Amino acid sequence: MKHIISLLMENEAGALSRVAGLFSARAYNIESLTVAPTEDPTLSRMTIVTSGSDEVIEQIIKQLNKLVDVVKVLDLNDGRYIERELMLVKVKATGPFREEMKRMCDIFRGRIIDVADGSYTIELTGTGSKLDAFLEALDKTAILETVRTGASGIGRGDRILKI
Amino acid sequence: MEDPSNPTTGNQCTGAEIVIRCLQEENVKFVFGYPGGAVLNIYDAIFNQTHFKHVLVRHEQAAVHAADAYARATGEVGVALVTSGPGATNAVTGIATAYMDSIPLVVLSGQVPAPSIGMDAFQEVDMVGITRPCVKHNFLVKDIKDLAATIKKAFYIAGTGRPGPVVVDIPKDITAQFHAFSYPETVEMRSYNPILKGHSGQIKKALRLMLDAKRPMLYTGGGIILGDASEQLVKLTRRLGFPITNTLMGLGGYPATDRQFVGMLGMHGTLEANMAMQDCDVLIAIGARFDDRVIGNPDHFFSKSRTIIHIDVDPSSISKRVKVDVPIVGHVQSVLGEMNDLLDGEFKAAADKKPEEAAIQAWWTQIEAWRSKKCLSYDRNSDIIKPQYVLEKLWEVTKGDAFITSDVGQHQMWAAQYYKFDKPRRWINSGGLGTMGVGLPYAMGVQLAYPDAQVACVTGEASIQMCIQELSTCKQFHLPVKVVTLNNRYMGMVRQWQEFFYGNRYSESYMDALPDFVKLAEAYGHVGMRIEKPSDVEPALKEAFGPKLKERMVFMDFLTDQKENVFPMVPNGKGLSEMILAEEL
Ligand SMILES: Cc1cc2nc3c(=O)[nH]c(=O)nc-3n(C[C@H](O)[C@H](O)[C@H](O)COP(=O)(O)OP(=O)(O)OC[C@H]3O[C@@H](n4cnc5c(N)ncnc54)[C@H](O)[C@@H]3O)c2cc1C
Ligand SMILES: Cc1ncc(C[n+]2csc(CCOP(=O)(O)OP(=O)(O)O)c2C)c(N)n1
Ligand SMILES: [Mg+2]
Repeated sequence: MKHIISLLMENEAGALSRVAGLFSARAYNIESLTVAPTEDPTLSRMTIVTSGSDEVIEQIIKQLNKLVDVVKVLDLNDGRYIERELMLVKVKATGPFREEMKRMCDIFRGRIIDVADGSYTIELTGTGSKLDAFLEALDKTAILETVRTGASGIGRGDRILKI
Repeated sequence: MEDPSNPTTGNQCTGAEIVIRCLQEENVKFVFGYPGGAVLNIYDAIFNQTHFKHVLVRHEQAAVHAADAYARATGEVGVALVTSGPGATNAVTGIATAYMDSIPLVVLSGQVPAPSIGMDAFQEVDMVGITRPCVKHNFLVKDIKDLAATIKKAFYIAGTGRPGPVVVDIPKDITAQFHAFSYPETVEMRSYNPILKGHSGQIKKALRLMLDAKRPMLYTGGGIILGDASEQLVKLTRRLGFPITNTLMGLGGYPATDRQFVGMLGMHGTLEANMAMQDCDVLIAIGARFDDRVIGNPDHFFSKSRTIIHIDVDPSSISKRVKVDVPIVGHVQSVLGEMNDLLDGEFKAAADKKPEEAAIQAWWTQIEAWRSKKCLSYDRNSDIIKPQYVLEKLWEVTKGDAFITSDVGQHQMWAAQYYKFDKPRRWINSGGLGTMGVGLPYAMGVQLAYPDAQVACVTGEASIQMCIQELSTCKQFHLPVKVVTLNNRYMGMVRQWQEFFYGNRYSESYMDALPDFVKLAEAYGHVGMRIEKPSDVEPALKEAFGPKLKERMVFMDFLTDQKENVFPMVPNGKGLSEMILAEEL
């Protein structure tokens, strides 16, 4: 099953490679990984999207906790959470595509953020599956380029990951 | 950290001197090392100090192994010092060996000057990157201001919680810069706080299950040794009256000559230990990690249901390979101490009169029946030296009180089976990584820690050649180690697998062109002996350990049976109760 794991770690050189190295050394799946400093510049926050059996996920959490640079780990799937990912898609916008792309973008509540003679660049946020759905809804031949950030996650309500 | 208000920090030191003073603050007695360009400043500072002894090895791998053995034998943090590049990479095998067995080490490695990092400078390797998967933690010191605090953290991390090696990589320019020395007294790390005390509710739950058990079994490992909890374990085991087995890493945690001890378990464990492990109804695992060499085929192990209690300081050891019912995260000393207290208090009545006393008696009868099969018997009438016989005699001659280091192979298993360890920290071997070559440097580290103790290195003719250069170190530092080579002219453990599983095709497992070990030992300035007849085994050992050779290193080359195999054996993929026994062949 897919899990979203949030963690806080020391904002130090090498901390990211410890996490990445752990996943490759122990052959854990890693679907996406995002990381950036938090409002406290000594801490970085990471969101990892992974999948595995309950036993594997339990080991992943324990192994992450064991890393000396990791301050706190939370499996967002243990409660209610919100997930968001940003995607930029460059699509063909020639002939009939020009109207079609604008319409699809509106339906999915995206925004066109760059316009050129033959193309649009669309910005879209949402859960990973919404972004997938958008790409599926587009005519494949119209997609010129895509870039996704990977998911960020946060607990709902007063579920807070902080030290 | 520099604190201008602190009068003792006024003195400016070079980075190299700071390193030395940190080691002094940590009360380090031995540094095992090898010099080179990137650590020349540190070596210059060593030249003028008297706080610790620097032990010059002949290969960096041996420096780390010796420091590792020092830690295994004493419980202190071992220290090694190597130069950048090849010095650092030579140390990696030693570091990985210590990591797999959770041994506390601080390895200081030189690095090219900070401005040259990343420039493919002479003797540059990314030591932090290379060692990342085989250290508990590592550091690259980027500012002299952080040097002392980093070394403090390194010792703290290495020695606390589940111990492990920590690498501190120090660029050469930092060792030449000046800074005031001040050593932090304590370490506060928000990201590292090992749990020591076990959950009381879980401990009581575990005790209730233990006291209600019909076929209980204690299974303990390296955690008892690492956590210095042998005393508590003995008390607990005697109080409960349960059978107990030790892993390879746990030997000596419980006295092997005691009746409740059923021997080592696992791939080469005794029949009684493996059968009891398989058939018990309540299993109490303490500081042991359900290694694949211990439980055999996991599906076979799970085919019998049992309740498992698991005590370990590292949560990730629990429910990793085997799902457990009652996890207890905590330091063995604290958890076993609490259990012993409860057995004298709240649980006294239940412990004095267990509800299943009759069932436990029947369980012991069963265990004695397994034990009576004498799975470790071997041919005592052979006119070729049997390796098992050498170890039995070694045990007798040293009165069971020596420190035994070992290399990796059949000889290691025989040492584990036939030398009965009654005390912790006496059995020094590489279990997790299984590193051939550790035996001799391990013996050096132990002998330096305990100059008056009897130290024997049980090895094979293949393993000993992987760090043979250390005979020179032994000479320089007058280390009277006794090397017991079980020379079967084969990589015996490899040959055994080839015999059993590869149709006797002994591919590249014969040790051809062996040196004359007697002459080799003599060339290094030691005493060499070749022993070819069973009747010469005991006299040779007596001479080697006798008063005349007390101060000398003795290299004993026992020509042993080439075809002897280690039994019992749980073949790969088989279950614990599916052992091959000696008489079955
Ligand atoms: C040729 C060969 C054959 C082998 N055959 C066998 C065999 O037949 N049988 C066998 O047993 N092994 C065998 N081994 C060794 C095996 O590979 C493992 O190294 C060994 O079984 C692991 O021992 P352990 O479970 O005690 O764990 P260790 O590696 O010693 O780990 C110790 C455990 O204790 C925990 N711990 C540490 N400190 C504390 C503390 N203070 N409090 C609480 N917990 C703590 C750690 O977190 C860890 O989980 C063999 C090795 C070789 C090379
Ligand atoms: C560095 C290293 N290389 C290879 C191995 C694989 N291996 C395990 S035991 C063994 C043979 C050891 O032979 P020897 O030292 O003669 O001991 P014996 O088994 O004959 O007692 C080998 C090659 C290892 N454990 N370590
Ligand atoms: Mg051999």
